[in-house]
Order: sequence, then structure tokens, then C-alpha cells
Amino acid sequence: MMATGMLGEDGIHIDMNHLKKGEVNLGTSIMAINFKDGVILGADSRTTTGAYIANRVTDKLTQVHDTIWCCRSGSAADTQAVADIVQYHLGMYGITNNEAPTTQTAAAIFQELCYSNKDQLSAGIIIAGWDHRHGGQVYSIPLGGSLHKQSYAIGGSGSTYIYGYCDANWQEDMTEAEGVKFVKGALQEAIMWDGSSGGVIRMVVLTAKGAQRHLYLPDNGYQGPGKQ
Amino acid sequence: MGGFDFSNHNRNAALHAQGVPLPKATSTGTTIVGCLFDGGVVIAADTRATSGPIVADKNCEKLHYIAPQIWCAGAGTAADTEFTTAIISSNLELHALSTGRKPRVVTCMTLLKQHLFRHQGHIGAYLVVAGVDPTGAHLFTVHAHGSTDKLPYVTMGSGSLAAMSVFETQWKGKLTKDEAVKLCADAIQAGIFNDLGSGSNVDVAVITAEKTTLMRNYITPNVRERKARNYRFPKGTTAVLNEKIIKKEEISKYVTVHELEDDSVTATAETMDTS
Repeated sequence: MMATGMLGEDGIHIDMNHLKKGEVNLGTSIMAINFKDGVILGADSRTTTGAYIANRVTDKLTQVHDTIWCCRSGSAADTQAVADIVQYHLGMYGITNNEAPTTQTAAAIFQELCYSNKDQLSAGIIIAGWDHRHGGQVYSIPLGGSLHKQSYAIGGSGSTYIYGYCDANWQEDMTEAEGVKFVKGALQEAIMWDGSSGGVIRMVVLTAKGAQRHLYLPDNGYQGPGKQ
Repeated sequence: MGGFDFSNHNRNAALHAQGVPLPKATSTGTTIVGCLFDGGVVIAADTRATSGPIVADKNCEKLHYIAPQIWCAGAGTAADTEFTTAIISSNLELHALSTGRKPRVVTCMTLLKQHLFRHQGHIGAYLVVAGVDPTGAHLFTVHAHGSTDKLPYVTMGSGSLAAMSVFETQWKGKLTKDEAVKLCADAIQAGIFNDLGSGSNVDVAVITAEKTTLMRNYITPNVRERKARNYRFPKGTTAVLNEKIIKKEEISKYVTVHELEDDSVTATAETMDTS
């Protein structure tokens, strides 16, 4: 293998594996779902630098407006920077128009930033929010900067383990209790099988009444196939 | 013609391609910690600075001043931690002056993260930011790439694993000031004794709403002892097998001697006949 910083025959060689050495990563399990009265966001709480857990109680659910939140995955630095910029724009929007921005607006600002800086960013973001015009909505922005409106979205390294679970257990228009059970069950599996995910399960429920936080331990009441 | 000359860049790229490594920066292979307590925050650091395998400074200062009630512990590239904290300290003072308010720890943390994110990790500063402002006591970590964390106890640097093991076994909620200082000092000592990149002394800073106390060399567990033995042998240790006295007058029999003409010429080298 060519060492980092070596020049190839073309004069340029960039080793992607060493491009951001020592960077803090969110080897993550994140998701957001629509339910009858709004949306639910969920995430694990692990941030890693290589093999070391830099923070075991991280909050990957970030508020960008009153009832618009996002789930962050990828580089911690990149996603924090992007979320901070979006929060600034939505704050300005809310004040100048004297009306809260819609989730769609928030997602469009996220996409603008993620797409136009796609070469420099490693950020996978799920946006979920509740607004008066559309109610609850979930948007997903994967690595390339495309924008997808979905009934539910999963993301991060742990999401690969729960495609089957989510597909098998998903129902439209669930109640809040059913929604929380779905998200908790999915993240329990993701944490169980993905080594880069762990800690606690954080959740945010967004409805007309505002935001409400939940906290669960991943092995509390776990009855899945990974049970000891 | 004015402008910049980039020819050295091409030379450096060519040298680098041939395998010539970049010069090493002095890095603070470090243990730094921070811990919140009831009414304030404590940060602590070891005092070893390294340059590769060499200890460059046995008693350096890794606790940096930002504002009277905001202090920073730095790990990573020594020059980078020194200059970023100095720049942010300056900007925060101007900000405090223009707003007429005391600076906040979140403001300091935001300035630091935006500065470091702009430079995409090329500024190798890993910082623990701590302070007390009108909104309370706060503790953050800021990584070189610009990510931040907010926790009740934090560790950074090469000794962070050793230090974190102390926090994870001894930390409890509602610590007193003295307990927090002890816990931080113990965490740094774990770094000093178990991490090769850390060593020498423990520096501690305690920040409360009333005042900031910097305790330089709070613990010195590596004081240089007087050597118990030495290599100076007493006279007569080596046996004298034979003795011969040569008088000054007879010295020209063994060595070529030139008499000095004047006093300004102090010495001349001569060959010695050892046969």
C-alpha cells in the first residue's frame, strides 16, 4: 500500500483511509419515524475515536428549531457544524417571517449545505419535525447530499442490522406508545449487533404539544435474538 | 513583481514524495482532565512536553488563561494549543468589552470550535474548556476537527485512558471542591505513572463564582533525588606501579619547546614525544 501523502505517477494521491486520522466519529444507530400525532427521533449515545469511546452519553438528537430536530451520523465535527449553521438560518427565518419554518424548509437548508460541500463532508443526517402546515415529517440526507422524504428513516453503521426488523414491524399511523416501542425495539437490535453503537437509547417525541425527551437502557426488557 | 513565491512548496512536495519526513512539532503527549463540582469546576494537567521520544520540557504549563473565570487545558501540538487559546482569549476579551458583559464559557467553546473546524484539523489543538459565568459552571472538550462534548467529567490526551479509568471508578455526583481537586489530581497521576507521553508534575486550576485559583505544581511526585552513590573514587584507588619525576629544566628532552616572544600569544600546540 502507498503511504499517506505519497505522490503517484499523476502527481496526486490522496489516501482516503488516512484523510481524517484521529477524527471523532459517530459510528451510529439513528432513526426517525412518523406516527399518528407527529414524529419520533431515536439514537444511541456512542462517539468513538478509533477504538476508544470518547463519549458514552452523547446526544445525537439536535434541536435546530422549536419542533424541528435532526439525528446526526458520520463525523461529529462536520454534523455539529452543519447543524449549527442550519439552526442559525432557521432562527433568522423564524424572526424575519414571524412564523416558524416548516420541516421541509429545514431539510432544504440541510441539503444545500450537504450537497454543495459534499467533497469535504462526511455527514449522514435525518431531519424530523412537526409544523402547523404539514404536521409530522421525516427527511433523510445520506452522504451524497440527496434528499428523501420518507415515512420512516434509519441511518448510521448500526442501521444495516435493522432493515429487516423495521420492514417487518413497520405500520402506518401508530400511536405514540406503539411508535416508541418500534423505535426502542429497532435501536436495541442495532446496539446489540453493531459494535460501533452503544450506551443508552435517546428519543425525542415531536407533536403539536412540543418536544418530549425519553431515555432507555438498551438491554432493559430486551427479548430479541441476541438475548443471553 | 510582487506576490508570493510557492517554489518551496514544490521542493517540499518532491522531497516528501522521496520519503523525506516533515520536521516534528513539539507535542504535548499529555494527560489533561476536568471535573465539575458543586459550585465550580476543576481542571488539571501534567507538565511533560515531548518531541518524539525526547522529553522537551519537564515542567511546562498546559493550563492556559482565556478569561479570569475561563481556563483551558491543552493537548496535542504545543504551539497550536498555545496560539489558539491566545487568539480566542483576545477575541473573547474584545467581545466582553463590546457587550459590557462577562464572557460565557459556551461563547468561548463556540469560538474555539468554529476556529478549529475552519482549519479542518490542521490545527492540532485538543482542549478541555472550563469556567464559571453568570449561567453557572461549565465543562467542555473541543477536538482538533471542531467537535465538542459537554460532560460532568472529561479527560484528553494520550493519558486520557488512564485518567478516565480513575473517573469511571471514583466519580460520584455532588462532589465538594476538595474532593474534585483530589479526583482530578489522582486522574493526572494515573496518566503520569501509566502513560509514557505524560510525566513530571500536576498542575491544577479551581474556578468558582468568587475566584480562580491556579495551583502550579500542586503535586510533585517526580522530584530529582540526590544520587545515593557516585563515581568519584577516593585518592589511592588505583595502585601506583612506578613513579618518575621530570624537572621543568629537563622538559626539552621530551618535548620541543619554543619560548613565547610576547604575552599576547597564550598557547601553541606541540607534539609530544611519547617514546
